[in-house]
Amino acid sequence: MADYEVPKLTGEGYCEVPAVRDDVMKGKGPYIAKPDFQTALHFPADFDAAGSLVPNWKERALDKMADLKGRYRSLQVFLDICVKCGACTDKCHYFIGTSDAKNMPVARQDLLRKVYRRYFTFAGKYFPKLVGATDLTEEVLADWYNYYHQCSQCRRCSVFCPYGIDTAEISMAAREILDHVGYGQKYCNEIIGKVFKIGNNLGLPGPALFDTVEGLEEDVEADTGIKVRFPLDEDGAEVLLVTPSADFFAEPHIDGLIGYAKVFHETGVTWTMSTIASEAGNFGMFIGSYETMRRVSLRVREAAIKHKVKRIVFGECGHAWRVAYSFLNTLAGPFDFLDQRYPIPQHILEFTWSHIQAGNLQIDKTENDDKVLTFHDSCNVARGSRMGDYPGGQFDIPRHVIRAVCNNFVDMPADTIHDATFCCGGGGGLLTDDLMEIRVKGIQPRAEALKHVTTHNGVTHMAAICAICKSQFTKVLPYYGFTMDQIVSVHQLVSNALVLQRQVSVQARPDEDGDED
Amino acid sequence: MTFVSILYGLLFWAATLILIGGVAVKVRQYWNTPAPLKIPTTPAPVTQGGVVWRMFREVVFFQSLFRSNKTLWLFAFLFHISLWLVLIRHSRYFVDMNELLVFLQPFGRYAGFTMVLGLVGLWARRFLVDRVRYISAPSDHLMLALLVAIGVSGLMMSFVAHADVTQVKAFFGGMLTFGFFGDAGLPADPIVLLHLFLVALLMIIFPISKLMHAPGIFFSPTRNQVDNPREKRHVSGWALELERQGKTYLDELKK
Repeated sequence: MADYEVPKLTGEGYCEVPAVRDDVMKGKGPYIAKPDFQTALHFPADFDAAGSLVPNWKERALDKMADLKGRYRSLQVFLDICVKCGACTDKCHYFIGTSDAKNMPVARQDLLRKVYRRYFTFAGKYFPKLVGATDLTEEVLADWYNYYHQCSQCRRCSVFCPYGIDTAEISMAAREILDHVGYGQKYCNEIIGKVFKIGNNLGLPGPALFDTVEGLEEDVEADTGIKVRFPLDEDGAEVLLVTPSADFFAEPHIDGLIGYAKVFHETGVTWTMSTIASEAGNFGMFIGSYETMRRVSLRVREAAIKHKVKRIVFGECGHAWRVAYSFLNTLAGPFDFLDQRYPIPQHILEFTWSHIQAGNLQIDKTENDDKVLTFHDSCNVARGSRMGDYPGGQFDIPRHVIRAVCNNFVDMPADTIHDATFCCGGGGGLLTDDLMEIRVKGIQPRAEALKHVTTHNGVTHMAAICAICKSQFTKVLPYYGFTMDQIVSVHQLVSNALVLQRQVSVQARPDEDGDED
Repeated sequence: MTFVSILYGLLFWAATLILIGGVAVKVRQYWNTPAPLKIPTTPAPVTQGGVVWRMFREVVFFQSLFRSNKTLWLFAFLFHISLWLVLIRHSRYFVDMNELLVFLQPFGRYAGFTMVLGLVGLWARRFLVDRVRYISAPSDHLMLALLVAIGVSGLMMSFVAHADVTQVKAFFGGMLTFGFFGDAGLPADPIVLLHLFLVALLMIIFPISKLMHAPGIFFSPTRNQVDNPREKRHVSGWALELERQGKTYLDELKK
């Protein structure tokens, strides 16, 4: 199946920390973006072809580094205060899976820090050897490109660092510098280009979306006998739902979307999706570009205004939720035109949980009795966001919902869940086939924990609330002997158990001919 | 008054200026650098009071480190808490003795041993743990060597060859009142001189080294931010400027 070794699982629930090895994962990194992708994102494009550098690349890279460290306190402080204690060295799933020394969080940061020291600190300028400072060379850039694309920006290391140093912040800065010298990553930049041009990561144009939701309405009606609406671009609805585009067609994502629709149907809350904001994911975060992230976020604001909604709800997606929860108000606010009684924005799980608590949904838990569930806390939800009104709600609410709709639930080992959760291995712009080896190796700790509960507790399925997690798991867990259909959406479970009582959707289908009457 | 006393007097004045000035420059830089996005590592406190409590647990008990690695925590905690006791004991060279200080003297005296023990543990990791060996630069070893040397020379003064601390106190008392290093100057004791030289060196290195982690941790956004982005809008100066001018990219801003 692959020309590299897939790690073996023990079923013990934890992985031995490997001995460090040099350059196991040295390589050229993922495909490099072509000049036209760069242009779409307003990055420099004065290089000949993918893989060549802009003129004066060294000067421009250092200028960008100076600019970023003056713009981000996190970067400046994190570059200065690491004491090399090593607390993070065994915390990265990519290091555990690959044993490559440069995948230890501190070593990954040091790739950038060594150059920072050389050009921006007294000690590095005058005593480079002593403090481990190095010149910026093409080899260093190549290492940046390779190893900063072996980081899913999952922030697990930041939990365990005594100073809270967040490798994601360093990795984002490095990628932004690389984007400014001609080494943009093809996967991320192409996707962001599609968002700007078409509205979503997958490049699904409006007509395709209309087609999809109509098909879904027919499927659900055939399945349940009830016409559940999937409204798109309908003005005046209460809720704008922004969900990852994978929810429109990928498995098991689409079952989640059906779940959201059923919940809206049963609660009687009118809602709509929008072709303007037909994507919740914000890859601007992966490449560290505030401006790109802001541009992507502004679509959500535009859609909310255009469709005259009162609330914004986000679907199941990890990075999307971090950007929505933590940054949307900053990037695209203020949202004073929305109904202030609800959180802005709200997570679909917060929405569903509040209605389950209020008793608005009739649930038949036995519909999920064919499964024993476990739950994967997605990194960016667990370590970069919140749900509900207290710290840690992001751990409880998904579990509350799962327990409310399923009879059998088991958690994976305690040091692999909540804020210590292991990454799926595909986040942060790594969900691309040219990075398959790191994806397969990086999933090892998560696969090990899953193996533990499947062996000891009879777990059959793992629920996830992130589009990237779901895609990565269905593709990569089979390398470890699991099957694709063992991964489910949380709202897929809700969908299974929800008893539809309301025969007619509150939201009548708009006149097909568009006649005024 | 000896030549060595004058030299040391000047050295300590310089070291103090470099330490205070250097740290002030860096702290001002951290203070003035914007934090454009809310990035606390969650679950994070939702109130300012909660953040103070979180920082307290981090700074005093090294909570995250405890979760991370118990052995490392033990050595690090031992070293830092001992260092505090030792520093408190040393304050007798600068202020008049009071009851609290008298009470704490014996703790500070023996904390010298636990301080060196903690440091030796930390240093041993740099050789024994392959991951930590990989990430250690020469300066990481030298820093520990310097601290161990300071600790050992200090312990020698207490337990091996007693130094004339009254004279040392008079010297620093003289410096504090700009009385030109006291009447007698420093005792001509090589261990005292070595100890003081290394301390001055540490003070000089502090602002340009990783020792900046001490003030730096208070500026770490993942730890010091309140988790309230939905409730309260958080916008940095440069981001606000983008909005105000209706621009999308920073390079489009009218300067």
